[in-house]
Amino acid sequence: MAGPRELPTDEVLVQRLRSGDEETFALVLDSWSGGMLRLAMSFVSTRDSAEEAVQDTWLAVIRGIDGFEGRASLKTWVYRILVNTAKARGTKESRTVPFASLLPQEEEGPTVDAERFRAPGERYAGHWVAGQEPRPWDIPEDHVLRGEVREVIAAAIDELPPRLRTVITLRDVAGYGSDEVCALLEISPGNQRVLLHRGRALLRRKLEAYLSGAHDVASGRGHA
Amino acid sequence: MNCNDFVELVTEFLDGALPEGDERRFVEHLAECSGCETYLDQFRQTIAATGELTSDGISSDARRHLLTAFRDWQREA
Ligand SMILES: [Zn+2]
Repeated sequence: MAGPRELPTDEVLVQRLRSGDEETFALVLDSWSGGMLRLAMSFVSTRDSAEEAVQDTWLAVIRGIDGFEGRASLKTWVYRILVNTAKARGTKESRTVPFASLLPQEEEGPTVDAERFRAPGERYAGHWVAGQEPRPWDIPEDHVLRGEVREVIAAAIDELPPRLRTVITLRDVAGYGSDEVCALLEISPGNQRVLLHRGRALLRRKLEAYLSGAHDVASGRGHA
Repeated sequence: MNCNDFVELVTEFLDGALPEGDERRFVEHLAECSGCETYLDQFRQTIAATGELTSDGISSDARRHLLTAFRDWQREA
């Protein structure tokens, strides 16, 4: 589970970057900047500020690549610089994300609407209410609709509370493993999983809402 | 295991982080409950679709600026 794109090994990347290979720099720049921008948005208040954090990070990478020791992967090293850069900016904007603190109110409670399950005391309590169980869906093959699905997800990620957004971005967009994310954000595996699970459940809900509407579109009702 | 417990354990299950007993109960429930089987499948599809996101990168101005910075830095070095 590396990233979404296949890049040369770190050893090759680092050696080429050190020797000034612009094509390689453009490659990592284009491969990682999108994810970095999303990640930076978790720590700062505007897109401009996030973009500046990403730029500052790349400048630090350019200056620091000779000192890269390969103890973490190159991407982890870059992301760490980004997190530190964006955090510092966020602090200046007094918008800090307290990862170590307890979960805020809005991140508690069940991830699936309790009304979809039979109430305590009823027969089969805690099981799906008939007609409320998830209906199977498939992400459409059609690439236009697939694009729409991605837009739905991107919009849903933007709406997530910052800590959920950060963890989703690292795990599911950038493809990091749980250990790396815990190390990067200095949170416990349990805390990381709670945030990830809540984020994923929210995205699933948005997709469920979207895809139950999209079936009508596919059957010829057209859409705006 | 009930459905409302199952839906809260999906990420732990996918991460292989469920304690043995819970994992066994999770799988047993999965085998018997089509609603939860669908839920798990949709969770996987959601994760896969999220992995396809190619969020917009930085602006073309910033990109140009950074490529120039890279070139200049290498020239100085
Ligand atoms: Zn069930």
